[in-house]
Amino acid sequence: MSSLGSLQIAARALRVNKLRSALTVLGIVVGVAAVVCMVSVGAGAQAEVSEKIRTLGANLLIVMPGAQNSGGARLESGTQVTLTEDDAAAIRGEVVDVQVAAPLLSRSMPLVAGNKNWMALVAGINTDYLVAREWQMASGRLFTSAEMDSAAKVAIVGAVIVEALFEGRARIGETFRIGNVPFTVIGVLDKKGLGAAGRSQDDIVFIPLSTAKSRVLGAVRGTSREALDFISIKVSDADDFRIENPADVLTARGATARILSILLIAVASVSLIVGGISIMNIMLVSVTERTREIGLRMAVGAKRRDIRWQFLIEALMLALLGGLVGALLGATAAVAIAWEAGWPILISPWAIILACGFAGFVGISFGLYPAHRAAQLDPIVALRFE
Amino acid sequence: MPLVQTVGISKHYPSGKTIIRAVSNVSLSIERGEFIAIRGRSGSGKSTLMNLLGLLERPDCGEYALDGREVVKLNEDIRASIRSQDIGFIFQIPALLPRATALENVELPLVYTGTRHRERRRRAERALDRVGLADRSHHWPNQLSGGEQQRVVIARAMVNDPALILADEPTGALDSRTSDEILSLFEDLHRDGRTIVVVTHAAEVADRAQRRITLHDGRIIEDDTASKTRAPDSVP
Repeated sequence: MSSLGSLQIAARALRVNKLRSALTVLGIVVGVAAVVCMVSVGAGAQAEVSEKIRTLGANLLIVMPGAQNSGGARLESGTQVTLTEDDAAAIRGEVVDVQVAAPLLSRSMPLVAGNKNWMALVAGINTDYLVAREWQMASGRLFTSAEMDSAAKVAIVGAVIVEALFEGRARIGETFRIGNVPFTVIGVLDKKGLGAAGRSQDDIVFIPLSTAKSRVLGAVRGTSREALDFISIKVSDADDFRIENPADVLTARGATARILSILLIAVASVSLIVGGISIMNIMLVSVTERTREIGLRMAVGAKRRDIRWQFLIEALMLALLGGLVGALLGATAAVAIAWEAGWPILISPWAIILACGFAGFVGISFGLYPAHRAAQLDPIVALRFE
Repeated sequence: MPLVQTVGISKHYPSGKTIIRAVSNVSLSIERGEFIAIRGRSGSGKSTLMNLLGLLERPDCGEYALDGREVVKLNEDIRASIRSQDIGFIFQIPALLPRATALENVELPLVYTGTRHRERRRRAERALDRVGLADRSHHWPNQLSGGEQQRVVIARAMVNDPALILADEPTGALDSRTSDEILSLFEDLHRDGRTIVVVTHAAEVADRAQRRITLHDGRIIEDDTASKTRAPDSVP
């Protein structure tokens, strides 16, 4: 008997009982939808985490100055001159695998432009810092070495500053004040989005480190002008050490997504098994209902394997149908979740193939017994069945 | 060589402590082209005999050669393929698949002999035409009258050009006018040279056959082979 013929027979049998077929495959639908949704959401979340890590700057580590205890009171870190530009140069010069060692000195400062003012982090850096953070310019230029050396009053501003001070129009050459010191905008940075702590990374103004030390921050901080907040170090990829860095926070968030995945896998397995059982149940009912048909088919020459095949195909078709609907539903749900969470939408075709394959496997395993029952019927008994 | 040759076939069923001898030591020879009625009261074993001849059941003992081939000891798959190729069954209605059209019902035996789709369609249409239902081929069984359904069954029984057509109470559920039509159809098929065995308890069916075998308690008690005309004592 041709396989195409079997398919037609099975399709017709399922069409006759549309509602019953639909209810039967519900378990499979839920199971497959859960699998597809889970894998897609997991992949989206993972991609989101990787993206966050990328914006932090990969292979980045931060050297902080030590804090000093003075008379039992722990002083703010950086209150003593423990970290200087010389340290940064030394790190860069003496440690192998260090690509960049970028010193940074920062403080929240009031910004004024025209009739607007804004509090933002003002950070003195050299251009290495932007390299370490893998931070690109949206427009304008970096500090020149002349500006670095002469403590020029120039600034590169983040995207939030552009919104807050300049109403979205980032004009190069615009002037504003940091505290009382007038600065000229020479560049605007790409948008980075939220950082690990959930604060916007774009709410920042960069000025040359020399300027920060001599004209802006050094004066207000009241400590030595040489003191740094931290040094960001970018190292090359190397196998003989591992860096614990802010990205770990995000990796931990990935772990949450994994726990969610495990839960969904549990849901999926249970509903696939329940789905399999309901397929088996309906197939057994179907075999009983169609006993006379089976007898007739045998009488006109159907071999036992033809009958077995017919019912097996029917079970398989049911399961695959459920798998397909489930995959569609799961993909839709995944898109909705990704949309809501602002994740990238990643529907894995492998998840769909895998889930449908598993649904098919369930259909065959649970269809085997009913098909066997049908094939073992005695044609005489089956023909007399009313 | 006769088409059907049985030697002492028996079929017994256990029933509680006793054994029902449904068919007991029946030796029967049927030539090609015969139109035979097997008659007897219910419980006389005529249906069991038909099932044995149709390879739906295996005899407990005895020999059965169909078209010269010993078939008792063949395995189930080979017996199934003999059923689809050499035997046409006409069961009491409802003997059609309810979810298949008339044409598809007629095609059914060809499906299991692996006949290609186009050829299946052609032969099924020819068989339906032979029973006068060419215009009903795409009707569903529940759209057909009882007589029409039985004609579809007959078309299905002869679609493979089987050596032997077996009919079990073919007019059992039909009114007298319709059953007369069906019996005329059997006579037509007989004239075409087909071998037909009809199992019936109705005298008017048996009277149309060319040879009448009467069963009682699983044994042949009468085999009226001699005349081709009606026996005078059967005229009412």
